[in-house]
Amino acid sequence: MTYILVLEQILNGLQLGMMLFLMAAGLTLVFGVMGLINLAHGSLYMVGAFAAAAVAGWTGSFLLALTASLAAAAAAGALMELVVIRRLYRRDHLDQVLATFALILIFSEGTRWLFGSFPLFLDVPSYLSGPVSLPGGIQYPLYRLTIILIGLAVAAGLFLLIARTRIGIQIRAGEADREMIAALGVDISKLYTVVFALGAALAGLAGALVGAIQSVQVGMGEPVLILAFVVIVIGGIGSIKGALAGALLVGMTDTLGSVFLPQLFAVFMDPASAASAGASLASMLIYILMAAILLVRPSGLYGGSA
Amino acid sequence: MKTLRMLAMAAAVPALAVAAQADTKIGMITTLSGGGAGLGVDVRDGFMLAIEQDGREGVEVVIEDDQRKPDVAVQIADRMIQSEKVNILTGIIWSNLAMAVVPAATAQNVFYLSPNAGPSALAGKRCHPNYFNVAWQNDNLHEAAGAYANEAGLKNSFILAPNYPAGQDALTGYKRMYGGELAGEIYTKLGQTDYAAEIAQIRASGADSVYFFLPGGMGISFLKQYAGSGVDLPVVGPAFSFDQGILQAVGDAALGVKNTSQWNKDIDNEANAEFVASFQAKYGRLPSLYASQGFDTANLILSALDKAEVSDQDSFRAALKAAEFASVRGDFKFGDNHHPIQDIYVREVIKDGDVFTNKIIATGLSDHADAYAGECKM
Repeated sequence: MTYILVLEQILNGLQLGMMLFLMAAGLTLVFGVMGLINLAHGSLYMVGAFAAAAVAGWTGSFLLALTASLAAAAAAGALMELVVIRRLYRRDHLDQVLATFALILIFSEGTRWLFGSFPLFLDVPSYLSGPVSLPGGIQYPLYRLTIILIGLAVAAGLFLLIARTRIGIQIRAGEADREMIAALGVDISKLYTVVFALGAALAGLAGALVGAIQSVQVGMGEPVLILAFVVIVIGGIGSIKGALAGALLVGMTDTLGSVFLPQLFAVFMDPASAASAGASLASMLIYILMAAILLVRPSGLYGGSA
Repeated sequence: MKTLRMLAMAAAVPALAVAAQADTKIGMITTLSGGGAGLGVDVRDGFMLAIEQDGREGVEVVIEDDQRKPDVAVQIADRMIQSEKVNILTGIIWSNLAMAVVPAATAQNVFYLSPNAGPSALAGKRCHPNYFNVAWQNDNLHEAAGAYANEAGLKNSFILAPNYPAGQDALTGYKRMYGGELAGEIYTKLGQTDYAAEIAQIRASGADSVYFFLPGGMGISFLKQYAGSGVDLPVVGPAFSFDQGILQAVGDAALGVKNTSQWNKDIDNEANAEFVASFQAKYGRLPSLYASQGFDTANLILSALDKAEVSDQDSFRAALKAAEFASVRGDFKFGDNHHPIQDIYVREVIKDGDVFTNKIIATGLSDHADAYAGECKM
């Protein structure tokens, strides 16, 4: 085991964390501002990836594909909010879970109906493909480095948006007291639609970015959705800062755990069972992390007093 | 689901209105929704193509979607056996679903013909006279890959597979034939989509080649990420990560990769040429190995129906065992445990015009039978 391998894995953890942050940011905003559990957030991730693959197929341009993913996911999100989600704010969480689970099925089978059952092709553009040499002799894929940078840029943009702009003030006020800001004359239903579309756009962007190095297929959003829920629970529901911290923690734990746990087990077990037992424990690791954090801070790292 | 079933029935039995009661009822349980639907769709389309080409009266096919869930598959099987009175079941893609359905079905005097899944238990200790596997035993393609690795002079493989029974079978199968050293052995999470950590380990391991079993979307992700990583060790895999349905999604990253399969569209025989041409004409895409397995399964059933009524179980079983049909694979016969004895080929991924596809470059194993046949007592 060399320090290069360790450094490379830390970068991998960072990259996974950034991708999770894009997903979790929207989820945590929607949960924080509207008190809504949106299981269909993973479907928006899938919509972004399929839109990107379709546009990249027609035009050959990756930038256009990314733009399309943002636009398509935001539009799908806004539509979802106007048609279905709007009716759920006053219902309890069980109704929300049921309705958004139904949305997952509708989106999945609708996408299959439009694009077929076979995975679509979406590739990294040539100017972002291949590895780059980093200081210290690390060879690292340029595209993953780009994802890290985009994630950082989005995080910075979101912090500015929340802290400095009028809509950011409204979002924060909405988290604190929904009835009061409505009474103060803010058009709360418009605010909800905007927040929902913003979260959807970020999920769509994550889907498109990740779709280029993974497979664009029906059902791709659900595994990520589970991780994103773990992230917002760890970070504290409603907090963008918490989503970033949680995403990085989960990304690092998941990546480093799956690499180093089997090697740790190999010290006192034979290689085959160490590989199997290590892999099994590694996949539990983020849930153990979540449980441990909730024991110490029941409302998450940056959670309010809820 | 109802419309799908009606369509299937309409396609299968044009003369249903005339024939009031079908003599032979075939139940197909396969995966038609969710992430693994491409495989089930191919098996179904291959199967129905053969039924349609045959066009005989008195054969009815009922198709249901198992959603890749064992509990759903068991419910459908119970309903098909008890209320629909099917004679033959087929269609299951995944080994865990097969293990849930097959033993119960065969115990109720229903024939089960597997067009895909071949778990080792059903080939060995839990084999059954009414169970036939028309595809392969799970280990087979991996064994051929191990044999190919020896021949290609690979001496230090890095191997990886998902951490579930078929993944463990895969690496067991590879190691059964492969004679070199292992640079590393990793079990990944089932359904994992990011392989950055594994690729970094491959880079650091000093391996001379990589063997992986990552079916469906997992393989697409791995190959794309591998191509972008700058690691350029040769890759070997079973056909599942290089079948016609997913190659287009992998793109250039798969070019030149060697993979093992019991079938390819360039196997030179009349049945195969006709199958490839008619499949393409009907569905507008090239067939995959799953489609070929569905097609062979249907033709095997039809060949047995030529010789015996399905109600005469002993004669029908003997007719299935004889396997006198024109397989698209060429030579095909069953071993004593009702699993195929067949050639397994080494293929290479090529680009034919705009389409990524495979061509056979060698025969990996000839007349290969599975390793569990000896444990089967029937």
